[in-house]
Amino acid sequence: MFTLAKNDKLLLVIVAFFTLLAPIILNPFPTESAMAQFNAGYPDLMQRFVIFGIFAVGFNILFGLTGYLSFGHAAFLGVGSYAAVWMFKLLSYNIVPAMILSVVIAGIFALIMGFICLRRSGIYFSILTLAFAQMSFAIAYSVLSNPSFNLTNGETGLQVYNDDPQYLKGDGPSTTHLFGLEMRETFTLDIGAWAFQFNVGYYICAIFLLVAFYIAIRIFRSPFGLMLKAIKTNQTRLNYTGLNSKPYTLFAFVISGMYAGLAGGLLASMDPLAGAERMQWTASGEVVLMTILGGAGTLVGPILGAGFIKYFENIFSKINDSVLHSWFSLLPDGLENAIVWVLHFFVGKGWHLTLGLLFMLVVIFLPGGLVDGGTRIYNWVRKPRNPEPAEEGAQASTDQ
Amino acid sequence: MGILEVSNVNKNFGGLKALHNVNLDIEEGTIHAIIGPNGAGKSTLLNCFIGKLVPDTGTVNFNGQSLLGIKPHQINQAGVSRVFQTPEIFMDLTVLDNVMISCFAKRDGAFSFNAWASVAQQTDIREKAEKMLEDVNMADKSKMLSGSLSRGDKRRLEMAMCLSQDPKLLLLDEPTAGMARADTNNTIELLADIHEKTKITKVVIEHDMHVVFSLAQKISVLAQGTVIAEDLPENIKGNAKVQEAYLGGAH
Repeated sequence: MFTLAKNDKLLLVIVAFFTLLAPIILNPFPTESAMAQFNAGYPDLMQRFVIFGIFAVGFNILFGLTGYLSFGHAAFLGVGSYAAVWMFKLLSYNIVPAMILSVVIAGIFALIMGFICLRRSGIYFSILTLAFAQMSFAIAYSVLSNPSFNLTNGETGLQVYNDDPQYLKGDGPSTTHLFGLEMRETFTLDIGAWAFQFNVGYYICAIFLLVAFYIAIRIFRSPFGLMLKAIKTNQTRLNYTGLNSKPYTLFAFVISGMYAGLAGGLLASMDPLAGAERMQWTASGEVVLMTILGGAGTLVGPILGAGFIKYFENIFSKINDSVLHSWFSLLPDGLENAIVWVLHFFVGKGWHLTLGLLFMLVVIFLPGGLVDGGTRIYNWVRKPRNPEPAEEGAQASTDQ
Repeated sequence: MGILEVSNVNKNFGGLKALHNVNLDIEEGTIHAIIGPNGAGKSTLLNCFIGKLVPDTGTVNFNGQSLLGIKPHQINQAGVSRVFQTPEIFMDLTVLDNVMISCFAKRDGAFSFNAWASVAQQTDIREKAEKMLEDVNMADKSKMLSGSLSRGDKRRLEMAMCLSQDPKLLLLDEPTAGMARADTNNTIELLADIHEKTKITKVVIEHDMHVVFSLAQKISVLAQGTVIAEDLPENIKGNAKVQEAYLGGAH
């Protein structure tokens, strides 16, 4: 019932290993060293890694597997967040009802959006989803936040206030928790010069990621997943083979919407806030970037892509001119200033420039994303030792 | 009564009469060839059988059921498979996966939300697909990406995909178009062999007279949208109207 093929099992174990030990692996530099700013092992960022990993894994089921490029997936992220915060407002800070509602609501929302947008394919589908998401954004931003019916709290964003009913709260904690286990609780382990932070919220997210990843593997390897791949390759043949592509695409759309809803619910569970900007098209574009950067259609690619982008967003944006000056202080002054002047545009607020360049490099030289790069390095390292017959190129490469 | 009955089919594209009162009666278990010069309306006619085009007037009945206005996947589920002029296969998937998809469609119908099972464990489907590939002499290529196959093999694969569904009617649109002589002969042999074994009714559209006369049991000649002759192969060769249409009739 829960068995996987050997390779997939190995993959799941590797992903589990890295996610569970992330607080250590992502903190390679001692706290006091100059390199400490490259450490990513703090709870807030690690939570983002896995939450956006879930988001991208779900998006990949639609884009990577089925070949439908949605530019409106952030709408589900936002809907999930709103649903979760409403559960906090009405019931209690326990994240279980919040998570359930966010997935269910995002699923229903995806069903409606998918039903309409999937009438077209290709670029028209992308534009329809984009329009839908922007409409959702506008509705959340203004329409649904009037004094008589305030569902989203508009510009301020939805949050929990002291006078909210919270019918089930009782004596429970006043921050998000899982049956009393508070999300913000962090255990810090000091070993020598290193400080490793083990955060409850992160581990909850990590478990969700592993479950979501496991389900994604099952879908990839199922007859349903095979049909989705077939839709991406040749929809005409699929129809003339006696298969109705419509329900397949709709199911894929709803599943990926539910993943996005889960991610949105988790975002709100880590920080009980939901704003309309979470639905904006830039957020939809970000998940497209993550998936392509990591490797669309591969299993781990989206998680890698999500981690990569979130790392750059948080780490590169922290580097400022004085940090740059300290790095190059050994160089002659003129040269130092020149280098800092050039690099200035690529760090801090300019981190998007670095990301853009990296994205271009990956798309041009590694069309299969980071996973493709990893496979090439693996093949290159392995080849000289036991040369494979040339036939290998013609064989189908199994997606990792 | 034939398995496929086409009566009084008309189809106009703007002012052009692509099909004009076409009547056809395909007998069960035969190979029926439709030939005709370029632009005679052969492909238009075939497209009317599979739901790609809807005729302006007339009826197309398959086993007594009308094929007009129903979707391609429903027509396939009713038992009509088609091999295209340019092979339509799943280029990014392996040869075996291609055939397995057909087998799934046959077993599970037009849609099944089978997202928890593993493809690898569907042994009945896998065995059936592997058997089918053996039948078309492609067992050694089952792990190859189908996009990397030669044109002849792609066609062979497409035929295997169609045959694995045990269709009642197989439509072949120029099965040897663009093939080298050797490949053409292989295809003829394969088709004759398959027909020997399965007796599936086949409608073949073909340009190549060599193919037509080696396979067909009955031939309909289409010219300028009308059937000008329908007869046994040996009689078609001597038919004056047919010679005129091919060798300098009114173009």
